[in-house]
Amino acid sequence: MDIFAQQLVNGLVLGSIYALVALGYTMVYGILELINFAHGEVTMIGAMVALAVMVPLLGAGLPVALVLLLAILAAVAACMALGYTIERIAYRPLRRAPRLAPLITAIGVSIILQNSAMLIWGRGYISFPSILPHTPHLVMGAVVTDLQIVIVVLSVLIMAGLILLVERTRLGRAMRATAQSREVAELMGVNVNTVISATFIIGSALAAVAGIMVSAYYGLAHYYMGFMLGLKAFSAAVLGGIGNIAGAVVGGLLLGVIEALGAGYIGDLTGGFLGSNYQDVFAFLVLILVLVFRPSGLLGERVAQRA
Amino acid sequence: MRNVRDWASKHPTFAFAMLAVLLAVLPFVVGAGLGKGWVRVLDFALLYTMLALGLNIVVGYAGLLDLGYIAFYALGAYLFAWLGSPQFGLHLPFWVVLPLGALLAGSFGVLLGAPTLRLRGDYLAIVTLGFGEIIRIFMNNLDQPVNITNGPQGINLIDPISIGGFSLGDKHIVLGIPLFSPTLYYYLFLAFTLFTIFVALRLQDSRIGRAWAAIREDEIAAAAMGINTRNIKLLAFAMGATFGGLAGGLFAAFQGFISPESFNLMESIMILCMIVLGGMGNIPGVILGAVLLTVLPEALRYVGDWQRAALGRVVVDPNDLRMLLFGIAMVAMMLYRPAGLLPSRQRKREFRAEDGVAEQEQASLYDVQA
Repeated sequence: MDIFAQQLVNGLVLGSIYALVALGYTMVYGILELINFAHGEVTMIGAMVALAVMVPLLGAGLPVALVLLLAILAAVAACMALGYTIERIAYRPLRRAPRLAPLITAIGVSIILQNSAMLIWGRGYISFPSILPHTPHLVMGAVVTDLQIVIVVLSVLIMAGLILLVERTRLGRAMRATAQSREVAELMGVNVNTVISATFIIGSALAAVAGIMVSAYYGLAHYYMGFMLGLKAFSAAVLGGIGNIAGAVVGGLLLGVIEALGAGYIGDLTGGFLGSNYQDVFAFLVLILVLVFRPSGLLGERVAQRA
Repeated sequence: MRNVRDWASKHPTFAFAMLAVLLAVLPFVVGAGLGKGWVRVLDFALLYTMLALGLNIVVGYAGLLDLGYIAFYALGAYLFAWLGSPQFGLHLPFWVVLPLGALLAGSFGVLLGAPTLRLRGDYLAIVTLGFGEIIRIFMNNLDQPVNITNGPQGINLIDPISIGGFSLGDKHIVLGIPLFSPTLYYYLFLAFTLFTIFVALRLQDSRIGRAWAAIREDEIAAAAMGINTRNIKLLAFAMGATFGGLAGGLFAAFQGFISPESFNLMESIMILCMIVLGGMGNIPGVILGAVLLTVLPEALRYVGDWQRAALGRVVVDPNDLRMLLFGIAMVAMMLYRPAGLLPSRQRKREFRAEDGVAEQEQASLYDVQA
């Protein structure tokens, strides 16, 4: 079995999840220039709601496919409502406030979500029922499971749908216009508040799906799982060029691969001094390096300085 | 409040003496009235005041949002532990180790600041957050192959601070009054806190302090006025980090034990909360915020007792409730009283500014680019 091919596959699977979450960051940033700190927590809520629906229904003996569909629908609906509420309560009143203010409410919302989840679902790890058969397929020397295939295919479909939405629909055009200039879009008859709400709702729906994928992939969910995932997805968005939708996808996949290869080879590179438990460091290193050498990201445009 | 201030400004010597007496007898009053455990809470209130004042230099004065501040605290604490515990068999005196810890933290502040300070404010927040996590991951994992940090177990048996053979870790009887270790540390921490307040006050009114305020308000205008914005921002970062390192060393000596758990992101956010709650950039506000947020969670423990008394069992663990309340407080403060409980006069103006001005502020404040 080839380590390189295996880590590449693992990285791509993880990367497609990062990309889904990164899309939520990048869409909000593109329109509001706001880092939605609570976005990682929305993915966690998505996973938790899905589990809360799934476990009793599976226990009742309903067919797996139906249960999974219901769980995803419930999680997506819950996260959409959550995303809308967060924007209404924590961000909208502060649109004219200094930049630091919404950043601090975002951290506050993130703490509220984390601790509410802890109060509701407890401190422990919740195991995710194994719903897909673990039949391994051998592809180019790497082992690929059904779950991995489902994750990648579903992510690609969702991303394609999102790009269609942004490029081809009325709402998408309104979103792009608002991102370019909120004032002018408003003058052209775009209801900016609706567009911003829609952006939060779409991003949260993606986050819900990503949350379910992550907990299915690792086989567990935890009230703290959204924090690291959110940070990594944000790093991915910055790597690709924040505000750029294609950039979020590229950045997510790239970060997943960097992380997997890094974790696979760090032991050899440092002569055994550092082990794979440093996996989480890579995302931050990438983030710092990108911000220092190419702050606009891989696909981002260099924006002129505004006073 | 205003009456007190007027009275104090008319009789400065008397007011000062009263404050000094109050601070001197506080541990005895608290120890006798609420129990000995509360003297430890006082000690922590002083430590957090130091940390909050340090972070206030970075966030409040210079307007740079630092979410990894606890990393500097961790560096100071770990250096103290390395040089004064059985971990490496070193037992250097505190007056060598404390400055070294402050220096180490300060140098890391420069190391982190140099590449990142060109970034916009919100990017800086994320990078500092990442830095804090990296430090914690290293502290957690550097027990193999060479045991440096002792991993998640942390370092034990750290030397207490001892001044010329007078160890603050033991009980002493001075002039017939028994002095317990937390009481002794109270006076040490009080001295350091007063020193920190003094430095913070002097910095605020200095040429550097005014340069920080200028950068905070409008970096481009500040640069046009001839301020070397990069160096001045770096100085703020290093200053803040130095105070963090100093407080970290004191924490390690006081606690006698440190582990990576004490230095997680929530601690960074707690300290930020103290500043936000009290009033960013305003020293009395920051002190108030630090004391409130140290004492309130302790008081919250009684909520568990009440539940047991009223309902026969603990329905909601007050410890779980604590962070939730912090989160709600952060959001509510920003929405309803964004300048804090005791805002600085200048901040108040900024947040009350008319719409046109507010919009300019939005574009300039914390929105600085290379």
